[in-house]
Amino acid sequence: MTTPPPTPTAPLLTVRGLTVDFDGHPAVRGVDLDLHRGETLGLVGESGSGKSVTALAVLGLLPATARTGGSVRLDGRELLGLPARQLATVRGRRIAMVFQDPLSAFTPVHRIGDQIAEAVRIHQDVGRAAARRRAADLLDLVGIPDPARALDAFPHEFSGGMRQRAMIAMAVANEPDVLLADEPTTALDVTIQAQVLDVLRTARRESGAALVLVSHDLGVIAGSADRVAVMYAGRIVETAPVDELFAAPRHPYTLGLIGAVPRPDGRGGPLVPIPGRPPAAGEPAGPGCAFADRCPLVEDRCRTAEPPLTGTDADIGSGPGEHRAACVRADHLAATRPAPAEVYPVPALPAAVPRPRAARDSVLTVRGLTRSFPRHRGGLLRRRAGEVHAVDGVDLDVRQGETLGLVGESGSGKSTTLYEILRLAAPQGGRIELLGQDTATLDRAAVRRLRSRVQIVFQDPAASLDPRMPVGDVLAEPLLAQRTPKAEARRRVPELLRQVGLDPAHADRYPHEFSGGQRQRISIARALAVRPDLLVLDEPVSALDVSVQAGVLNLLQQLKAELGLAYLFVSHDLAVVRHLADRVAVMYLGRTVESGTAARVLDRPRHPYTRALLAAVPLPDPPAERARPRLLLAGDPPSPAERHLGCPFRTRCPVHPTLTPDRRTRCATETPPALPAAPGVDHTAACHYPD
Amino acid sequence: MTRYLAGRLGYYAALLTAAVFLSYALTGTALGPRAYFEAKQPRPSAAAVDRQLTALNLNDRTPVVERFGTWANGLLHGDLGRTIHGTAVNEEFGRRIWVSLRLLLVGSLLGMLLGVAAGAWSAVRQYRLSDRALTVLSFVLLSTPVFLLALLLKNGAIAAKNAAGHEVIPFTGYETPNLAGGIGTHLADWALHLLLPTLSLALGGLATYSRYQRATMLDVLGADYLRTAEAKGLTRGRALLKHGLRTAVIPMTTMFAYAFLGLFTGAAFTETIFGWHGMGEWFIQAVNEQDVNSVAAVNLFAAVVVLAAGFLADALHAALDPRVRTA
Repeated sequence: MTTPPPTPTAPLLTVRGLTVDFDGHPAVRGVDLDLHRGETLGLVGESGSGKSVTALAVLGLLPATARTGGSVRLDGRELLGLPARQLATVRGRRIAMVFQDPLSAFTPVHRIGDQIAEAVRIHQDVGRAAARRRAADLLDLVGIPDPARALDAFPHEFSGGMRQRAMIAMAVANEPDVLLADEPTTALDVTIQAQVLDVLRTARRESGAALVLVSHDLGVIAGSADRVAVMYAGRIVETAPVDELFAAPRHPYTLGLIGAVPRPDGRGGPLVPIPGRPPAAGEPAGPGCAFADRCPLVEDRCRTAEPPLTGTDADIGSGPGEHRAACVRADHLAATRPAPAEVYPVPALPAAVPRPRAARDSVLTVRGLTRSFPRHRGGLLRRRAGEVHAVDGVDLDVRQGETLGLVGESGSGKSTTLYEILRLAAPQGGRIELLGQDTATLDRAAVRRLRSRVQIVFQDPAASLDPRMPVGDVLAEPLLAQRTPKAEARRRVPELLRQVGLDPAHADRYPHEFSGGQRQRISIARALAVRPDLLVLDEPVSALDVSVQAGVLNLLQQLKAELGLAYLFVSHDLAVVRHLADRVAVMYLGRTVESGTAARVLDRPRHPYTRALLAAVPLPDPPAERARPRLLLAGDPPSPAERHLGCPFRTRCPVHPTLTPDRRTRCATETPPALPAAPGVDHTAACHYPD
Repeated sequence: MTRYLAGRLGYYAALLTAAVFLSYALTGTALGPRAYFEAKQPRPSAAAVDRQLTALNLNDRTPVVERFGTWANGLLHGDLGRTIHGTAVNEEFGRRIWVSLRLLLVGSLLGMLLGVAAGAWSAVRQYRLSDRALTVLSFVLLSTPVFLLALLLKNGAIAAKNAAGHEVIPFTGYETPNLAGGIGTHLADWALHLLLPTLSLALGGLATYSRYQRATMLDVLGADYLRTAEAKGLTRGRALLKHGLRTAVIPMTTMFAYAFLGLFTGAAFTETIFGWHGMGEWFIQAVNEQDVNSVAAVNLFAAVVVLAAGFLADALHAALDPRVRTA
């Protein structure tokens, strides 16, 4: 949002020395913020940094166990400690909030229209009918089709994107001065995220509100904020105008964050992980800088006192555009402007030996895979009511030593595809060939042998590791299941822990004693125990913070090179896929619509869906993000419960409406086959009119 | 929603048929009306007993399915048969049904409302003195059987009468006989007579429901949508009332249906203790007299009432929760 730089008038919202603690555990430790009229402030940080708590504290919406201190002033009026009744007149009227998960944020039993109309009627003296009309106008503003009918829908009848639009409509119902958006797009797919960010821009412009955008995603912040405040361990460690923050960060943590984020355009070089992990909310801190233990520039004085948030000597004045950092080395960073890799140690990744693809063995071949699930209706007499075609024609190829990135939005059938492959049985339709064996022809003994050669790493390591099993037993279990002698299994445990960068002495600890990143390393070690040929990775880093994610991604790259593994890597995050994958397959509505080498598919996409998907990923680089052409996909993916004649993407295709009528007819009647870009080129697209 | 409820209605009709048949079969085989007639003085002849039994459709030499057929045929024509004394079951049924319904309806509704209110209030004031007090009271009530509670209430009323010298709260029957006065006087008289029996039924309901309602309300208290409601500018209290309570009541609806069965059992004791001539009292009496047709009539009543409660609970569930209507 490129608004003119805010005039140095008195700020609209002033936060001074804000502290929040829960039962004596500090979550926010002295936050100062200024928000000016019409400006967008990005509040960025990892989980536990206190960014959401800060936003909630402004409106006094924290649970009763929270103790809040400091000052929050709106136009000079103190909000902290205001009696509930007076605070209620501010909430929703002058400061409104958009929450992260729009499903749980709407009351499930009331109609969307009633909930929005209620927001209007709380603060404005209007009748039922007028409030309802206003609700319809608001739904129209946020781009919900047929708003008059949408009023009567219940929250569960809306898709995630529609719900978040409605949430924004409700927030701007009373034209508030300040909008607080707490991770408003985190629960959404990228194409929907792009739509919602666009709606947020529109809503902000229409209502003239100032926006506080809380996010962990640097890309989202880069594209939307005027000014950014970076939070770490309950404090703001750096604040600056968005361009300056990304171009010349003055806090090593900010620098590290920027270096740890993979970029969807493939630029930016190797990922720079920040060592260690971010402190959990309320974790007791020492007297010094909370980042000291992870900081590559740490000095002795960092351990004795926490540095204040100040400008450097070079800064003059104290306008809202100023750049401040809470680091004793800020001057040094401001003067030298190092790249992340110059400050943080970059692990040397062994390069894989690039044998020509044709010379490598096939690990996995999938052809025309289909899987549908019956839908039932009725209670006493259950009857079949159609089918959900979760996977409806998937082709995949993975060869030894390479990574195939499988991307697609939620509901596109990625996970179903994985589980069909791992079932090691005859698929409903199509063919799966694993390590040269057709899964339809396996007997029980063959299945057992094959099991040890294909392993999976799940998304959430906290949920996929048995909490009551010491890590050593977790790692030995797959070996014992394969009837490896006990002594040998025991010997393998320290070896595995070392392999994934953990201390072998920790084998007798339980999963909860490790951090999220470490737990995912344990999951990887467990998968590696039986020396598989193919590792299936189901969103392995999406539950991790960015600074930790980089380390796990580097580990995966290292293991692949060392062990000659093949990966089937499923992710919704194109930047991560870009970083890791050699080849990419894009799924839409249960089909692979485009596949080929990562360089070709992601740099020269041929299918309009891939192009839209790439265009929706925000770049963590403000000037590039602003200059990028926007290509918004309309609406939501259609339901997989209906079979579609012709191209399944045509309902949302940005190219389709520009075609001549007879070409359009072809899209509507003929399902496009996956055809290569040129004979012999590893790049196919299932589109009648690619490019 | 209509389609959903029509489906449920069909389901309950099937369940009702099964319940009525099974309970008739059980009554018809377990009770022994033959012994009742044989014990008469002077002892009638075997042929006379047989004739009597057959006339009343009670003959145990006729297969129970055939007897059920005869009984059900009568039922379809609005005739519940004859009691063991030869009088019409219909007449007795008609007299007693309103007595019981009055007690059951008021008792269950009161228990439900008080239970939901107390539970929700208790949840909002979690771990405070009032919450703890209510918890203790609930457990005392839960561990007191209905007949003991009814007796305690009755003894209390008797003690009050002895202390005051006249009846403060009536504790026998459902109306004062030969009361003069207008409709208002009669209504007041009825309400006063209802007080103790209703309390003995409702207090148990209050205790049970409030425990569950407290738990469901606690789940809702941390819900994101309550925070949204407050962020819109509703005060905590209004947010709880408009957005919290309704969601918290949804899981309770299933309970209402099944708890009604327990209430029905309890009512048998309550009626006997407070001298109400209702269905429960009739049931106990009829079982003692080996009166199959009367017991079958009470069973029918119980089945209809319980399944009607189930249907109403479903309707309430569908009305409260839009998500089930499409199922």
